[in-house]
Amino acid sequence: MTNVRPSTARRGRPGAVAALLVVPVVFLGWFFVWPVSAIIGTGLAPEGQIELGVLTRVLTEETVRSVAWFTLWQAIVSTVLTLAVGLPGAYVLSRLEFRGRRLLQVGVTVPFVLPTVVVGSAFLALLGPQSPVNTALGAILGEAAPTLDLRRTVTAILLAHVFFNYAVVVRTVGGLWSMLDPRLEDAARVLGASRWRAFREVSLPLLRPAIAASAAIVFLFTFTSFGVVLILGGPGRATIEVEIHRATTQLLDLPLASSLALLQMIAVVAALSVYGRLSRRAEIQQRLVSSSAVRHRPRTGGERWLLRGNLLLATVLVLAPIAVLIERSVVTASGYGLGNWSRLLSRQPTSVLAVPASEAVRNSLLFGVSATLVALVLGGLAATAATLGRGRVTGLLDRALMVPLGTSSVTVGFGFLIALDRPVDLRGSAFLVPLAQALIATPFVVRTLLPVLRSIDQRLREAAAVLGATPSRVWREVDLPIVGRALLVAAGFSFAIAVGEFGATVFVARANLPTMPVAIFRLLGRPGVANFGQAMAMSTLLAALTAAALLAIDRLRVGQVGRF
Amino acid sequence: MLRTTHGTPTRPPRPRPRLLWLAAAAMLLVACGEGGEDPATDDTAEGDGEITLLTHDSFDVSEDVLEAFTEESGIEVSVVPLGDAGTALNQTILTKDAPQGDLLFGVDNTFLSRALDEELFVPYESPRLEDIPERYQLDPEFRALPVDVGDVCLNHDVAWFEQEDVDLPTDLADLTDPAYDGLLAVQNPATSSPGLAFLLATIERFGEDGYLDFWQELVANDVVVTDGWSEAYYDEFSGAGDGDRPLVVSYASSPPAEVYFAEEEPDRAPTGVIEASCFRQIEFVGILATTEHEEEAQELVDFLLGPTFQEDLPLTMFVFPVNEEAELPEVFVEHAVRPSDPLELDPEVIGDNREAWIEDWTSTVLR
Repeated sequence: MTNVRPSTARRGRPGAVAALLVVPVVFLGWFFVWPVSAIIGTGLAPEGQIELGVLTRVLTEETVRSVAWFTLWQAIVSTVLTLAVGLPGAYVLSRLEFRGRRLLQVGVTVPFVLPTVVVGSAFLALLGPQSPVNTALGAILGEAAPTLDLRRTVTAILLAHVFFNYAVVVRTVGGLWSMLDPRLEDAARVLGASRWRAFREVSLPLLRPAIAASAAIVFLFTFTSFGVVLILGGPGRATIEVEIHRATTQLLDLPLASSLALLQMIAVVAALSVYGRLSRRAEIQQRLVSSSAVRHRPRTGGERWLLRGNLLLATVLVLAPIAVLIERSVVTASGYGLGNWSRLLSRQPTSVLAVPASEAVRNSLLFGVSATLVALVLGGLAATAATLGRGRVTGLLDRALMVPLGTSSVTVGFGFLIALDRPVDLRGSAFLVPLAQALIATPFVVRTLLPVLRSIDQRLREAAAVLGATPSRVWREVDLPIVGRALLVAAGFSFAIAVGEFGATVFVARANLPTMPVAIFRLLGRPGVANFGQAMAMSTLLAALTAAALLAIDRLRVGQVGRF
Repeated sequence: MLRTTHGTPTRPPRPRPRLLWLAAAAMLLVACGEGGEDPATDDTAEGDGEITLLTHDSFDVSEDVLEAFTEESGIEVSVVPLGDAGTALNQTILTKDAPQGDLLFGVDNTFLSRALDEELFVPYESPRLEDIPERYQLDPEFRALPVDVGDVCLNHDVAWFEQEDVDLPTDLADLTDPAYDGLLAVQNPATSSPGLAFLLATIERFGEDGYLDFWQELVANDVVVTDGWSEAYYDEFSGAGDGDRPLVVSYASSPPAEVYFAEEEPDRAPTGVIEASCFRQIEFVGILATTEHEEEAQELVDFLLGPTFQEDLPLTMFVFPVNEEAELPEVFVEHAVRPSDPLELDPEVIGDNREAWIEDWTSTVLR
């Protein structure tokens, strides 16, 4: 195939690449490297002199080793499970056309934004002795039915990890899959390959960059899992993240926290270099097609079963906890009713820190949109530079941008506290919130854009240049239209991350701009059935708002998406 | 190779830089939102009138109460919550040289010695201390002043105990009785403030030599441990949420909260308090040593210890006032329990042993 060329054949001018890299590098340096170095430095070198004794003492401790081992294996198993469940889902959602496809696609992303404490609570209801599963078992088997109780088990942690990260695989891999030219597989089939072989030898290699990327992201997320482990695993189980959190926020044992943070960082960098190797081998330039041309109604019996199986799985795994949430929002002391909703939406709070619903919605939208735009700009620049530039530097930046995904949020958050008071005090500033959120969202943008950008035939750009287009015009009229779809996927994800308040943002004080997750936490922190109900109603509202925003983004058109 | 997948290549219309405009507009909105209402961040405007109260997430105050203070004194107060009690204190300690505010509200007796050892506060002997009983004034140098008090107690599901005809426990030691097998939910003292208070209660009750044996028996009696208060209260406890355990570690003020937040006020609270299990938590406020607004901060402390704020406390934070002049709201008078002789431990003893106790507890209960 003559149009498949290794990406290294393309080179941009070094000056242009460097210019594109300035902003992402400064951003990463200012909002990640500096604060994290500051806090780890404070912990390991309290008198300005690094005390390695602390490090060796911590790392040789028996409990630390068992925590590290648990962190690693649960992350690997979670990643494998998420891929196993997510890849068929990605196929169904990107290649098959069926009623409700758009809605499902949005639905599976919603878990991403829900606070873990809310989802954890819904999971407990589904995994406990009074769960619908047990009710069903009891109805079928009668007295002899076993009672499943998965609360506080590793299984519960793994299930929740799949639930939260399903969308990472579906969106990252599906985004590319929806644009793979189906004629490639068709050709293999015509030449006599079985369906499985055609997939394995044609589509799978082409999808590998996206699969490697989503696996890396899921690994980093589950490696640093915090809330899920605490709530569903019970207090007996801890990840490195949990221990860092405890050492920092409760014990104020900075040497311990810093040693653990360093350990976490080393593991993350190691994982990312494995990922770097995988993805370098995998980059193949290919011609992409419009996603609407790729999707078809299920044609064979196998496809129909695949569709049904995935719909069932998505419903049970992803939509059931959301359904629990919605149900709880309408449970009141006197049965079902809209009491929680009317209280949430109508009551004007009379205390300083209570949050009116409308204000929380406004603030969440504000931060969501700002963070999305920051991430799109940063990620767009980094991805463009990576497409034009030499492999080594840009590959390094690509992986460096992913390190924040695998870094303890408490490390970054406390790093902000001690580092960002100079030259301007950003710590209480609302600007810090979208910037901190962009730290997590940017790698998604890069991961989503890069495979698509790299697949653009360089000769298209050259032709445009020959015809007299300036570099920026080439980007606008060649790259942008082709990348548009991926840009929208990236925007949707960034928005979800920002609205879901990932990472260090929880440590950024912002008394006057409370968001929906903040409002949920404040409601959950109080006794009273009505407060719990309102927290559930607010969570449902958060889910609905996210779904609406994702649907709207899905319908946006950037340039001439889908018409190239 | 300018072939397209379908149709003929057409020249796309010039895309407008819509995204950029959106970006600019959003940033502007953020800027407005901030500049408009946040006196904490643009305190380049020197001089009186603006101070920042750092606190934990459970803090709250009625709007009109705080407005009354501002009207009286001309001082604007910005309230900045910094996470749970431990996180808020540790953040304040770490930013000692570049503080984010002027006062810290909400250090409790379990964390008091850490705050004092770090020399966070400057002394201020507020005249309001006259109305506050000595037993709450744990810092003789007046760096940390008592501002509210609460008790962490076992709560029980009233209906459950009536239906099942089980006697209520009257002593912590009862909890190891087989009659209470699988009935109790507690919080992890390493991550939860009521969890720590309950651990301290058991240490005070059974002594340093005996408390781990007690916990071992609790484990044998199928105690469940959650990470935080809300998981224990809403997911495990049957009296307020979906759980199936009729005993939970919560607060003495939880029953009145259940009544206050109910849709239709019930005649009696659905939950009750077991007095023998109560551990006293006293919260303190202190003026940060680095403040440039010491006088204004002192005025605010006087206000926080005064009757207006103290009477506002119960229904915003569900704690009790320390000022004896303050009157309790009716729902507290009717449904709250004030244990006459709660368990207490010297803050310094707590400070010296906290980490070791938590470590030993973790080894005994969780590993």
